[in-house]
Amino acid sequence: MAELLVKMEDIDKSFAGVHALSRARFELYAGEVHALVGENGAGKSTLMKILTGVYSKDSGRIYIKGQEVEIQNPRVAQNLGISIIHQELNLMPHLTVAQNIFIGREPRKGIKFMLDEQELNRRARELLDTIHMDLDPKARVSNLTVAKQQMVEIAKALSIKAEVIIMDEPTSALAEAEIEELFRIIHHLKSEGKGIIYISHRLEELKRVADRVTVMRDGRYIDTVKIGEVTREQIISMMVGREIYETASAGAENSNEVVLEVKNLRRGRTIKDVSFKLKKGEILGFAGLMGAGRTEVARAIFGADPIDEGEIYVKGRKVHIKNPGDAVKHGIGYLSEDRKRYGLALGMDVETNIVMAAFEKFLGLLGWIRQDKTRLEARTRIEELKIKTPTLKQKVKFLSGGNQQKVIMAKWLTRNCDILIFDEPTRGIDVGAKSEIYKLLNELVKEGKSIIMISSELPEILRMSHRIVVMCEGRVTGELSATEATQERIMYYATMR
Amino acid sequence: MDNKVTQKKSLLHSDAAQKLLAFGSLIILFIVFSLASPNFAKFDNIVGILLATAVNGILALGVTFVIITGGIDLSIGTGMTFAAVMTAVFITNWKLPIIIGVVGGILMGGLCGFINGIIISKMKVPPFVATLGMMMATKGLSLVISGTKPIYFNDTPAYRQIAMGSISGIPNAVLIFFVAAIIANIILTRTILGRYDFALGSNEEATRLSGINVDAWKTAIYTLCGLFFGLAGVLMASRLNSAQPALGQGYEMDAIAAAVIGGTSLSGGEGTILGTVIGAFIMSVLTNGLRILSVPQEWQIVVTGTIVVMAVYLDIIRRR
Repeated sequence: MAELLVKMEDIDKSFAGVHALSRARFELYAGEVHALVGENGAGKSTLMKILTGVYSKDSGRIYIKGQEVEIQNPRVAQNLGISIIHQELNLMPHLTVAQNIFIGREPRKGIKFMLDEQELNRRARELLDTIHMDLDPKARVSNLTVAKQQMVEIAKALSIKAEVIIMDEPTSALAEAEIEELFRIIHHLKSEGKGIIYISHRLEELKRVADRVTVMRDGRYIDTVKIGEVTREQIISMMVGREIYETASAGAENSNEVVLEVKNLRRGRTIKDVSFKLKKGEILGFAGLMGAGRTEVARAIFGADPIDEGEIYVKGRKVHIKNPGDAVKHGIGYLSEDRKRYGLALGMDVETNIVMAAFEKFLGLLGWIRQDKTRLEARTRIEELKIKTPTLKQKVKFLSGGNQQKVIMAKWLTRNCDILIFDEPTRGIDVGAKSEIYKLLNELVKEGKSIIMISSELPEILRMSHRIVVMCEGRVTGELSATEATQERIMYYATMR
Repeated sequence: MDNKVTQKKSLLHSDAAQKLLAFGSLIILFIVFSLASPNFAKFDNIVGILLATAVNGILALGVTFVIITGGIDLSIGTGMTFAAVMTAVFITNWKLPIIIGVVGGILMGGLCGFINGIIISKMKVPPFVATLGMMMATKGLSLVISGTKPIYFNDTPAYRQIAMGSISGIPNAVLIFFVAAIIANIILTRTILGRYDFALGSNEEATRLSGINVDAWKTAIYTLCGLFFGLAGVLMASRLNSAQPALGQGYEMDAIAAAVIGGTSLSGGEGTILGTVIGAFIMSVLTNGLRILSVPQEWQIVVTGTIVVMAVYLDIIRRR
C-alpha cells in the first residue's frame, strides 16, 4: 500500500455564522490522482484553501504523512510540500518563466540581498528539462499561451519539492491537444509518487486521469469511490443529491431566414478568412482549439476590434459596425468568456446590471430614470430567467457564476438583442447551473432569437448546436450539421492546417 | 513559426524601444532648444539643468519603486520639506554635527515612508489616501516645527558644500543624483527587493500565495522611497542654504510625471531607473528651455502638462 500523504478529518469552517464546511474529510495517497468534485459552493475550494493555509480551520485535524500539523499560512503549506495550481493562474505576468518558478526562493550571491540571475536561469532550465517541458526560462510570462503558463505553475510546484499538487480546474482554459500534454505530465508526476488532487467540473475527464473521486455537497463529505466503479450519472446524482436530466438540443425547427451573414472577414494574423451564415432560431456552434480565432471573430463582429476586410449583413442589409454601440443597434449582443471583466458591473446591484445597456427605454420626462419601470423590467427578467437573488438590490459579485451569467443574458434581452454571441457560456459554472443555462439557450431560440455559441467543450457543442462551424488558425475549416457531427470529425477539422 | 513572429514583435515593443523613444525625445528637445537659443547649450546652462534635475530626479527614483508595486506616493514633495526642516533643526537649532544632521534628515524621510508602508500594508488604507494624509501631515509639521519661518544654515557654511561644492565644475548634488541612480538601479534589478517590487505590481495575490511576506516588502519599498525623499530634502536645504517650510507641494507631481514619462506603468509591474532618469531630464530640459525662450512661466506649466499626457499616449500607441 502506498503512503498516506494527506488525511483531513472532521474539518469545520464557518464564515460569519454560515457553515462552509461541516465534518469534511479527504485522503490522498502517494502516486494517486484523486478527483474532488461538487457543485459550486459545495466546499471544495474552502477545503483546499484550508489545506494550503489560505484559511484556518475552526476545528478538525490534518495529518501529513501521519503527522498531525497546523497549517497557519501558505508558507507552512509550502514547507510541508503542498502546492496548488489555481484556476485563475497565479503568476506574475511581467516576470520571466524562471523568475516566476523560483519566486520567494531566489538563489542569492554575495550579501544576502543580491540575486544570482545566472544560477536562477540554470536551475530553471534543469528543472524544465527533467519534466520535458519546452519552455524558455527567460521568456516573459505575459507572452506565453495559457497552456504554457500552466506548465510554469506546475514547474513552480515541482521546484518546491511538492509532494501534494492540487490542480483547480486545470483544463478549463486548455484545448484538446494541450489537455493531452497536461495528462502526460500528470502521469509522469504520478509515476514519481506525487499525490495529485484534481478538481474539475468536466466529469468526462475524470475517467481519463483520476484513480478515485471524492464527492462533496453543501460543505459535507458524501462519498469516495474508485473511478472505474462509478458512472458519470452516478457522480452527478451524488453531487446534486437528485437525478437531473440535461436538456437535449431542441430539434432543428429553425427557419431558413438568414439573420447574420459574414463574408470574407479578415483581421491581422488572427482572422484570415471567415465566412458563415446564422439562421433565425438556431444555435450555431463555433468549435476549434485555443487560438483558432473564434473569440477574435466574435469581437470583430461585435465591433470591439476593427476589421481589415470583410462584409457583415444583418437580416440581408449590409451594415458597418465600427464599435459595440453600432452592433447593439443592429441587435447583436456579446457575452464575453470573461464575465467579470467584460460582462458585469460587479459592485453594482442586479437591477442596475440588467437595465444598464438600455437606460433610454426607462427615461422619464426630463431624462431621469424611471425607477418603477426599471424595477418592473428587472423583476420580469429575474422571473423569466430564474435568477437566484435575495433582492433586486443584491450586488452581482455575491451571486454564483451561473446566476451572474443569467444577469448578463437578462441585460442583452432587455436591450432587445436578437443575435446573441455566447463565448464559453458555461466556463466555471457547476453542473446543475449548466443545464439551466442550456435550457435557457433552447428557450431563447424557440422565441426566435439566434445564437452563436463558442465553446471549447466538445460535448457541449455537440449537445446544443444545430450546426457547427469549425475554425483552425483563423480560417473556417469545416461546417457540420448536428446529425453528422462527432467529436472525431470536429477534431479532424480543428487540426486541419 | 507564428511563435517567432510574436517574439520578434514583442522585442520591438520591449523596454529597449521604450528607452529609445524617451531618449530620442530628450535628444530632439535638446537639439530644438539649442537651435532656438544660443544660450541653451552653454556649459553654465547645462550645469543649471543638471542641478535642477538632481532634486526632482532623486524624488522620482524613490517613487519609481512605489509606482512599480502599483501604488503611489503623494507625500514625497512635502516629506522632502519635512526632512529638510528636521535637518535644519538638528544642525542649526540643536548644534549637532553636520553628518548627524544629514543622516538624521534622511532617516526622517525613511520614517515617513515606513509609516506610509505600515498604514498601507497593515491597515489596508489605499496608497492614494494614506500618502495624501502623509502629504498634509508633513506639510503641517514642517510649518509647526519651523514656526513657519525658514531656518538658515548661516553658522555652518560647510553644509552648503554638500550640494553646491563641485568636482571639475559638476556640482556635488548632480554627482549624488547619479550615484543614487546607480544604487537604485542595482536595488531594482539585482536584489530581491527589486524582484519582489515587480512581483507585487504584477500580481500581488500570487506573490502572497508564493509564501512571500507581502506586507513586510511593501513597507520596505515605501520606506526606501522615504529614504530617497529624505536625501532630496537634505540636498534641497543645502542648495537653498536654508530649510523653506512652505516649499514642497507640487514636487510630487513633477517626480511622478518624470517616472511616467520614463515608462513606469501606473498600473504596476513595469518601470526602469534609466527611464526615470531620462524622464527627469526631459522635465527639466523642457522647463529650462522654455524659460530661455522667455515663455512666461504660466505657459511653461501648460506645456509641461501637455507633454506628460503626450508621452503616456505615445507609450499606449507603442503597446498596441
